[in-house]
Amino acid sequence: MMRSTRLIGLSLLAAVAAATGAHAAGGKAKELKHNHWHFSGPFGTFDKDAVQRGFQVYEAVCANCHGVELLSFRNLGQKGGPFYLDKCPAGIPDSVDCSNPNENPVVKAIAANYKFQVTDGPDEFGEMFQRPALPSDRIPGPYPNEQIARLANNNALPPDLSLITKARHHGPDYLYSLLTGYEEPPSTVEVAPGQYYNPYYPGDMSQNLKPEYVAEDGSPAEGVEVPYGGVFAMAPPLFDGAIDYIDEDTPETVEQYAADVTEFLMWAAEPKMEARKSLGVVSMIYLFILAGLLYWSYRKIWSDAPH
Amino acid sequence: MSGHPSTYNPSSGLEKWLDKRLPIVRFGADFMDFPTPKNLNYWWTFGAILVVCLVIQIITGVVLAMHYTPHVDYAFASVEHIMRDVNYGWLMRYIHQNGASMFFIAVYIHMLRGLYYGSYKAPREMSWILGVIIFLLMMATAFMGYVLPWGQMSYWGATVITNLFSAIPLVGESIRTLLWGGFSVDNPTLNRFFSLHYLLPFAIFGVVVLHIWAFHTSGNNNPTGVDVKDVKKDTIPFHPYYTVKDGFAIVLFLIMFAAFVFFQPNALGHADNYIEANPLVTPASIVPEWYFLPFYAILRAVTFDIGPISAKLGGVIAMFGSILVLFILPWLDTSKVRSMRYRPVARMWFFLFIIACIALGYLGAKPAEGAYVMWAQIFTAYYFAFFLLILPLLGIMETPKPMPRSIAEAVLKPKSPEPAPAAVPAE
Repeated sequence: MMRSTRLIGLSLLAAVAAATGAHAAGGKAKELKHNHWHFSGPFGTFDKDAVQRGFQVYEAVCANCHGVELLSFRNLGQKGGPFYLDKCPAGIPDSVDCSNPNENPVVKAIAANYKFQVTDGPDEFGEMFQRPALPSDRIPGPYPNEQIARLANNNALPPDLSLITKARHHGPDYLYSLLTGYEEPPSTVEVAPGQYYNPYYPGDMSQNLKPEYVAEDGSPAEGVEVPYGGVFAMAPPLFDGAIDYIDEDTPETVEQYAADVTEFLMWAAEPKMEARKSLGVVSMIYLFILAGLLYWSYRKIWSDAPH
Repeated sequence: MSGHPSTYNPSSGLEKWLDKRLPIVRFGADFMDFPTPKNLNYWWTFGAILVVCLVIQIITGVVLAMHYTPHVDYAFASVEHIMRDVNYGWLMRYIHQNGASMFFIAVYIHMLRGLYYGSYKAPREMSWILGVIIFLLMMATAFMGYVLPWGQMSYWGATVITNLFSAIPLVGESIRTLLWGGFSVDNPTLNRFFSLHYLLPFAIFGVVVLHIWAFHTSGNNNPTGVDVKDVKKDTIPFHPYYTVKDGFAIVLFLIMFAAFVFFQPNALGHADNYIEANPLVTPASIVPEWYFLPFYAILRAVTFDIGPISAKLGGVIAMFGSILVLFILPWLDTSKVRSMRYRPVARMWFFLFIIACIALGYLGAKPAEGAYVMWAQIFTAYYFAFFLLILPLLGIMETPKPMPRSIAEAVLKPKSPEPAPAAVPAE
């Protein structure tokens, strides 16, 4: 009886899946590339070198249009951050505590030389003024407000990237696929100037079909397949060799840049990930030991239960 | 409150003094000594697990409230401030966020246990009804809590759900305005939701006390559904027998809880809620958290007008009806036999009911179009038929299997003549 009930249930579910699966149509994005990430899995950590390189890519390229406004420079030098220092490098006086992000010389240099300055003030004359950033400052973004951002980008608003890897489904793979996935639009579609085609972008290309491929009722003509992906306002940002890495062994390719900047942005979205996972391992060991002790106590106490 | 003879003997002078004035130690001793059926299986541990869930949510919630800012301009950033700058803020926030899901996992198992073993039947109707009230309060609390981070799904979920109230004739628009504190989901909405989100858990705590009081008056149900005949033979004191068993089950549950918090903290959430709320941009699909999906599917299953009732109002009635029907369940089920262990036909319909709930959950996450709607209608129909047709009729038509004469007999002969279903671990 039980088995037959479950069979009925399973076949019902299968029927639902089959009946509804065929229904999905229209805008679909290409299946994401699956990169291997240093940070995935319960023991995964950030590849500090990759996060450092990723920050370099971010500052050189992404920061021209996108902010990371939830981050401060000091975050770069905190424990788990890409420029954290256990102890000071040679030549720094003993009085400096380099493990403190605000005293970390690398972080101070990055902040002071950052491509954008910080707006501070008002000063004693009541005027706002620009000054080089300090580790305690938020990382300044490219635009002072949304209106200027739209004006500079064909009315599109470049999103802040602080949380982007968590704000998209399969964020790291999505970002990597998008950055490495630009290609020429298929011949069946038309892309307006200032727009760019990407098969991984979640859009609906049926809106972009050339008139000769559209039937009278507005749907795609017989035999015309709607291409994957969509169009959006971001031009392909990365090119081979565009950024010089200090380490000569690291390839200067679009794939490498994309992987590095994704590693950086994952760290930016989840800067406490390493602390979380290591505390998780300790907690799990504790809970398993506790469960063992309680099970043993349970057996012991119930063995003399008055049955 | 438990009605069994007190065995507490105040030993020290202070205890004797206190016992005459405020017998709180006696109360605690009697509570721990409560005679409990000796055959409770692991499905009975979810009551204690739920108490742990509530306490965890209240403690982490109070800490989060110290750092959170209930304002549309700052709420999203203040949650990120908790995640990034507050010491162990990420831990508090992820425990609280995943704790809501854990709470619902436990409460659904707890409710299905009550349903399977007939724990809602006389004399435990009040325990069941108070449980449904707790469930309603939980849903309200979870819904308002989800709005607080002020992400895209927070905002648009709040918009969709509060708009439902406008379907109510005559007073609907006024109720919606009252919920909003204005004419759209905005800062006043966030403020009142925060206030109520802090208040309601304490209301839940109060109803939990009544819930426990009620079944300490009637005595626990048990997997056989047979009444306690002989307290000596059929029961054992709650402590240490069930404190240790519940303790073990709680730790197993915490292992699953910790796996989510530490290794997959965002697996049960929605990516869109890491985008700050924007009233000008609608997300591609607006879906509630997983624990509301079956009810969301029922809401959207009504796509047709019924006489003067619009499809929208019909959906709202169906959604609230799917919970309100639980209030009258003790009088809908006509069977004299409590436990479905001895009701083979009812058991079959019960497992179909679980499948219907899971299917509705799946359909709630899908767009409301085409075959999805048809299947949601079929499973919604089954959901209501189970309570309104099947349970009332089965009690009259079904022939139950022979039951053990007492709990003690069931414990001594744990193997029933027919194989027990896999979902019921033998004690």
